[in-house]
Parts: sequence; C-alpha cells; structure tokens
Amino acid sequence: MELFVNQILAGISTGAIYACMALAVVMIYQAIDHLNFAQGEMAMFSTFISWQLMQWGIPYWGAFILTLAFSFAAGILIERLLFKPLAKAPILTNVAGFIALYAIINSVAGLIWDFTIKQYPTPFGSSPFLGSQLISTHQAGMIGVTVLLLIALYFFFQFTRMGLAMRAAASLPESARLVGINTSWMIALGWGMAAAIGSIAGMLIAPVVFLEPNMMGGVLIYGFAAAVLGGLTSPLGAVIGGFLVGIFENLAGTYIPGVGNELKLPIALALIITVLVVKPAGLFGRPIVKRV
Amino acid sequence: MSAIQEVVTEAPAVEAVPKRAMTLSTGSSLVMLALLIAAPLFVKNFIIFQLTMLLIYALAVLALNILTGGSGQFSLGQSAFYAVGAYTSAILMEHGGVNYALTLPVAGVVCFGFGFLFGQPALRLSGVYLALATFALATAMPQLLKLGYFEYWTGGVQGLVVTKPDAPFGLPMSQDMWLYYFTLAVTIAIYIFSVNLLKSRSGRAFMAIRDNEIAASAMGIDVALYKTLAFGVSAGITGVAGALGAIAVQFVAPDSYTITLAIQLFLGMVVGGVGWLPGSIIGSAFIIFVPNIAEGISKGLSGAVFGVLLFLVIFLVPHGARQVAIVAQQLLGKLKKN
Repeated sequence: MELFVNQILAGISTGAIYACMALAVVMIYQAIDHLNFAQGEMAMFSTFISWQLMQWGIPYWGAFILTLAFSFAAGILIERLLFKPLAKAPILTNVAGFIALYAIINSVAGLIWDFTIKQYPTPFGSSPFLGSQLISTHQAGMIGVTVLLLIALYFFFQFTRMGLAMRAAASLPESARLVGINTSWMIALGWGMAAAIGSIAGMLIAPVVFLEPNMMGGVLIYGFAAAVLGGLTSPLGAVIGGFLVGIFENLAGTYIPGVGNELKLPIALALIITVLVVKPAGLFGRPIVKRV
Repeated sequence: MSAIQEVVTEAPAVEAVPKRAMTLSTGSSLVMLALLIAAPLFVKNFIIFQLTMLLIYALAVLALNILTGGSGQFSLGQSAFYAVGAYTSAILMEHGGVNYALTLPVAGVVCFGFGFLFGQPALRLSGVYLALATFALATAMPQLLKLGYFEYWTGGVQGLVVTKPDAPFGLPMSQDMWLYYFTLAVTIAIYIFSVNLLKSRSGRAFMAIRDNEIAASAMGIDVALYKTLAFGVSAGITGVAGALGAIAVQFVAPDSYTITLAIQLFLGMVVGGVGWLPGSIIGSAFIIFVPNIAEGISKGLSGAVFGVLLFLVIFLVPHGARQVAIVAQQLLGKLKKN
C-alpha cells in the first residue's frame, strides 16, 4: 500500500510537467482549432532565452518576466506573419506549416546554443518537500504554479471582457464578428497566450529534464496525451488529464511487468488511441457536432 | 459549459482533386519512363544508389498520397509502416534465408494487415486527431523495435545487416544497377496498380469519402470499410518500399525509422502536390536532394533551410509540383498557338 501511495505521489509530480504542456496545447487548440506540433519547440526556445538572460546576469524572476513578454510577442508575430494567411487553407497545409516551424526553431536553437545538455536553475530549491523523498520543493512549486495558472485562466475566461471575446471568437466566429469582436486579433492573442504558457511550462520543466534543443520531444507527446484525455476543449480537463497521465505512467511502470523506461512512448501512444476510441471528447470536453 | 451544443463547419481536410488531374498523360509518362530507364547508364554507382532511394521514397510518398489525396485521411506515421516492411524483409532474409524478391510481397501483406488493424481505431478520428494518433505511432515505433522480447529477431538497438543481391542469370551489371532496375520494375507495377485503383469503384469510393463523408455514406458507401481499406493499401505499399529500402541500404536499425522519416514523407507529398500521383517522384527528389543543398548553404542550419523552403512552397505553390506542371502546360499551349 505504501508503494502504491508513493507511486501516486511521484506520478502527480511528473504529471505537473504534462499538465503545463497540455494547458498550452489546449489554449492554442481553443483559438485556432489546430494542434500545434511546434508547441514544444516554441517552449524550448523560450526556455533558452530565459537561460541566456540569466547568463547575462539578470536574476531569475526578472528573466522569467522578460521571457514571458518575449514569448507572448513572438507568438503573436508568428501568427501574424505565418499562420494568418493560412487561416482558410486546408488542415493539411496548416499541419505542414507547423512541421516547418518545428524544423526551423529546432535547428536555429541548435545553432545558437548547440546540443550540449545544460543545467537550469530552479527558484524553489530541490530539497525534499514536507519530508517526502518523492516530491521535491521544485516539484511542489511546479504543481503550485500550474494550479495558479489554471485559476488565473479561469478568471480571465469567465469574467474579463477580453476573455469572453476570445471564447466567443473561438466558438462562433461569424456571430462574434457581428457583435463587433475583432476575431482575427483574438486568434493572435490566443497564440501569444499559448506561447507564454508554453514558456512557463518550459522553464518549470527544464530543471527536471535539463536544457537542450530536443528536451521537449517526449514531453510534447505526453502533453498531447494529457490534452486528449482531459478533452481538447477544456483547460481544467487538460490539467487534470496531465496529472492522471503522470499517475498512470508511474503505476504502469510499477505494476505491469515488462513496462519500464523503454516503453514510455508506446504507453502514451496506447493511451491516446484508447481515449480517442472510447471517448473522443475526453473526460471534460464537449462533443462536437458537425454541420453537413 | 454552454447549453447549446457547438456546431462546427470544419475546413476541408484536403483540397478536392478531380480524378483526371491525378495522373499524367500517356505521352509524358513514356518520356518519364525512358528517362528513368536510361538514367543509370551514364552515372556512377553512388548516384545509382541515390536514384534507387529516390524510387523507394517515391513509392512511400505515393502510398501516402493514396491515403491523403485519395481518401482524405492524414498520416504522420508512415515511418512505422516503412519500418515494419523493412524489418519483415530483413528478418525473412537473415533468419529464414528467403530470396529477397519473395520478401517484398510478404512485407506488403504484413503491412497491409498492420495498416488495416491500425485503421480500425483511426476510423473514429478525423483531421487533427488522426494526425495526432499517427504522430504518436511514429514516435513510439523505434522504442517498440528496440524491445528486449524481440531482440533475437530484430537485433535490438544494433539492428540487422542485410546482404545485397547480385544480378541474376549472370547479367553483366553491378549490384547497384541491378537493384535499381529491380526497384524500377516494382515501382512501375505499383504505380500502374495505384492509378487503376483510383479509377476503380474503390477509388471513387475513397474520393467520395474525402469530399464529404456523410454524403458518401448516404449514397451507400461503406465508409468504415473503405477508410480502413485505404489505410491498409497505403501501409502495404509503404511496407514494400520499406523492404526495398532495407535491401538497398543493406541495414535496418530502429533509429533509421524515427518520426523524421515520417515527416519527410509527409513533406514529400505536400511538395509533390497532394493527390497528384506523378508528383510523388518530385516530392521524393525534394526530400533526398534538398537536405544536401541545405547543408551546402549552411551546415548547422539545414533544418531551418528545410523549414523555410517548405513555407515557401506552402505560400507560393500551395498545390506543389502539380501547380507548376499545370502552369508549364499552359505556357506550352500558348507557345504552340503562336
């Protein structure tokens, strides 16, 4: 029983990583109805920016804020320059665009900062949290930040004019335009916010997985799995999905014989497919009705 | 959240391509064929090997084209089918001592089955969800191949070495040249099969599903059957390409079949023009030769150059090589008139 509880605790702490990533994935999905395959790379690039700022002697939280602002602006810029012209294009063209973006960011980051693994500092320290060996203060901090972020987003989307306008633009663009919402800029804003959330995820994950251009590969797949499990239309679902995926991963590793580290990605695959087949809308998502 | 259910009018997955526009005229096909037959007579062995790989990737892109251009389904997981084909062929040759030519149909059938089965859950998915599921399949595949259980058969991380076949009947040609003509014959056979498939009842069913799934099912098309069938056929052809690839490269290892390969095949399809079968070979040329050119421009930035080129294709010629071919044809027509 103690093993079981410990594994769940460990699962929650890895789950926090996936929850962050899934939140960014869901944000952009809400705004543009596409899964951004370059999301992980965008987060990785932002993390490198913050690392570079710290190398130049800016304290952690200063670098944190600057990186957030940078990511937000970069997200909007990418949307305006590259994806706005593709808004009416077939899904396939958009997927190709995301892949191109992935290749560009990955290679540019590799060129600027090379492929050696770098240490990344944590503001929370890494001593055991409340005497538990399984959760460090960093992981506890990560969970805390994720939950804070979720609450902030909830208030933003429920109670601010801007948040309501963004929701309106995402769910019924034509009607939103009729009541005077600039839907095109709402999409750009969605990109900016997704990029900023992604950068937070990146900065929180980096102390755990270390900083290098390919750090997001596996995390992104798990982020997708978490987003799908929670339902692609629900930010709360994405966070809960992230924790569930983390717990599931740990329990499967402990109790199913033969499932070790080497099967990590196939587990994510199995999870994605099972959820999509059994409950395509996810745990908290709304089913989508298609008009003929 | 809201009481009213959301109604979404989705953007089409892929642009509808008329059936006639999917192939080449007889004249241009014959010119192309003559070029392909004559090409290896004038070049060195290494270039012959590259040409062989060109044909092999063209096959894999063609397979994806049938799936996406034909039936409107995505796949970012073609590398998984390619890997299964390659491993089937390699294991049969090295452990079973089977003749290389005989391993191709086996690889095709195994992959057809695998694709058909994977198509079952994929049935429920469309658009981005399908892209996601196949993306996950492609990332998971190398790890599955490395598994300890199969190590005796697959050689684990190290992979398997495959012997290159000699030209039969004492024909006076190098191994590379023989392999090229062998691959060319297989490619032509599969190309003709694909063209006919798309012209047949099944092909029309694919296209009806691509253009409007609900309307297609109302017309009495068994949507589930044809969607999985498209997956199966596509996987089968990719498997044959994978098997040929294993024979040509003489080596299979898990890390040759990562998501990068799947992405390259996907790009090849976009560049060649979705739904235009002859474009497959142009797309394949793009994925084989452009990385070399990109590395020539800047060593560290090859990925970025690749990505920028892709954006250029998307913005300037969204229909890929098909668009270029159509424009060229119109220009020729004008010249003739003058």
